[in-house]
Amino acid sequence: MAEKILMKGNEAIAISAIRNGVDGYFGYPITPQSEVMETLMKEKPWETTGMVVLQAESETSSINMIYGGASCGKKVMTSSSSPGISLMCEGISYIAGAELPCVVVDVMRGGPGLGTIQPSQSDYNQIVKGGGHGDYHNIVLAPASAQDMYDFVDWGFDLAFKYRTPVVILADGIIGQMMEKVEMHPMKPRRTDAEILEAAPWSTTGKPAGRERNIITSLSLDADIQERFNRKLKGKYEIIEENEVKFSEYMTEDAEYVFVAFGCSSRICEAVVDELRAEGIKAGLLRPITLYPFPFKEIERLSKQVKSMMSIELNLGQMVHDVRLAVNGTCPVGFYGRQGGNIYTPEEIVAEFKKFNGLA
Amino acid sequence: MAFKGAIEVDTQKCKGCSVCIANCPTGSIRLSDMVNSKGYHYAEMTGEGCIGCSNCAVVCPDSVITVYRVKI
Amino acid sequence: MSISIEEIKKPENRIYGKPSLLTDNVMHYCPGCSHGTVHKLVAEVIEEMGIQDKTVGICPVGCSVFAYNYIDIDWQEAAHGRAPALATATKRLCPDKYVFTYQGDGDLASIGTAEIIHACGRGENIVVIFINNGIYGMTGGQMAPTTLIGMKTSTTPYGRDPKLNGFPLVIADMIAHLDGTAYITRQSVHTAPAARKAKNAIRKAFEYSQKGIGLSFVEIVSTCNSGWKLSPVDANRWMVENMFKKYPIGDIKDVLNGK
Repeated sequence: MAEKILMKGNEAIAISAIRNGVDGYFGYPITPQSEVMETLMKEKPWETTGMVVLQAESETSSINMIYGGASCGKKVMTSSSSPGISLMCEGISYIAGAELPCVVVDVMRGGPGLGTIQPSQSDYNQIVKGGGHGDYHNIVLAPASAQDMYDFVDWGFDLAFKYRTPVVILADGIIGQMMEKVEMHPMKPRRTDAEILEAAPWSTTGKPAGRERNIITSLSLDADIQERFNRKLKGKYEIIEENEVKFSEYMTEDAEYVFVAFGCSSRICEAVVDELRAEGIKAGLLRPITLYPFPFKEIERLSKQVKSMMSIELNLGQMVHDVRLAVNGTCPVGFYGRQGGNIYTPEEIVAEFKKFNGLA
Repeated sequence: MAFKGAIEVDTQKCKGCSVCIANCPTGSIRLSDMVNSKGYHYAEMTGEGCIGCSNCAVVCPDSVITVYRVKI
Repeated sequence: MSISIEEIKKPENRIYGKPSLLTDNVMHYCPGCSHGTVHKLVAEVIEEMGIQDKTVGICPVGCSVFAYNYIDIDWQEAAHGRAPALATATKRLCPDKYVFTYQGDGDLASIGTAEIIHACGRGENIVVIFINNGIYGMTGGQMAPTTLIGMKTSTTPYGRDPKLNGFPLVIADMIAHLDGTAYITRQSVHTAPAARKAKNAIRKAFEYSQKGIGLSFVEIVSTCNSGWKLSPVDANRWMVENMFKKYPIGDIKDVLNGK
């Protein structure tokens, strides 16, 4: 049986990066995710796997180091929290525009502005809808456990290289700080130069005789060329939307009421479903695991069997707009959220659920 | 030892900036009365004074000058 | 001995011309722009060192954003000011490669000051080519941090006034104080001897970047004749008379030669 180790979600990100053959991590300290770089520095992977770890002077610089490292075909990643992610959005837009693979971890905290350092899910719009300028998407993965944090690093790189696109692991302060047992999968070695050339023939590591020079850029001054590129991206996003949607369901089979929640909120909503079921109310939960691509079809399907749906988020109501798009008026859609770093209890959600459905 | 030189200008790419003329020690380059397809008066060699020193080509921003030289 | 011009122009007598690493693309630069000359020198150095297959260039935002169209090597096109961050990761992940940034004064000395200072501070083993012509070219001739006092630009139409616009930033001297820099020099390309010295400096910078001794920085004091509203030849003269006073030519730091 694989080894299980007790660790924080943030530590799981770092350990997973080392064990999954990541080539480089470039980051900048910010609460509540500083353990990622601290763990990497303590583990000294440059002495074992050869992984590069560097503390940059800012999040702006970190993400541009990711741009440079990804341009070499390397598996590179960074992590930050909401205000730092805002700074990175410029770079993420360039990375999307240059069609480079990378993994970015956002351990969300309360905002806007400096906000709080407590958990939040208020970067949903920023990350799922884009964040930086221009027409692009990140693939967005929403972990709900330390194990997910560990597993999503490798999954994230698979998707990033498959589609040459930035992948964001959208976690929150609870998932980052929470300690859980994490199962260690077998180590994956870092890719050799030959394997990189095969996986990333577009990479810029020096032009040998006999091939055209490789140019990594997001610039084209010609409107027609840019439009063709935008449509090419659209085509790629359509393939991602068709093939990469991932979600999990809890007690939805006979459910008359379905909660939609991601990340830590989905964990809390499982307890809510249990409480309501104990009272004889047929509740269920749909947890989007990919926020982009979003499980529109599954939510639409469920909306036809239920009396209502409710989106539960640690923000003022962001994902609920996508839920309403999916439901498209088929059933009522409610919302309950807490902000500022406050976290709802299952009892609180049960009470709000009953109020919304007139069951009190 | 003395040298005699000659230059060849890629007249279609020359932008007529004249930096070569300012750098020629023997006054052997001038702008042509003719223009290229972009409308620039291009550089051309004049007279027999070129010593093949390459100064013109070294400072040419568009690398349009090729230099030839023989010992005499 | 009498020999005709046509006889001289034989392939065996060819002694200088466009380096093979420069592509056939016509440069988009204005007539007389220093960028073209510096591009050529960089291409010559890479060619002479035989390192085309080991070199990665990072170009900036500004007039030289399209440098990748002209030198036949692998390139990354950075966001404005961020080239040293890209170069840092590239060099650390591929330490046997030659990695250089090519940046103008708006890119390096204004929006990218954090990136360049910290790349110097960390002693990244990269080469930085810094084109300083005291103005933003691409966007139409606005004031740069390196614009001289009194110099007219489109955003200092009455001349740069230190009370309104502050003082010029002398980046090369600033970074000379940092332990992470190995070689800092200021050159120009307005005459053939100057260009030959600049080429030697670029070559030394590339060689130093493989010695693990820190960052090498070659500033080229340059012209922007369109922005300065002078002919190319007059712009060179104005540069010598004015720019060189604030930005004097010569080596500022060379740790392997006791400077």
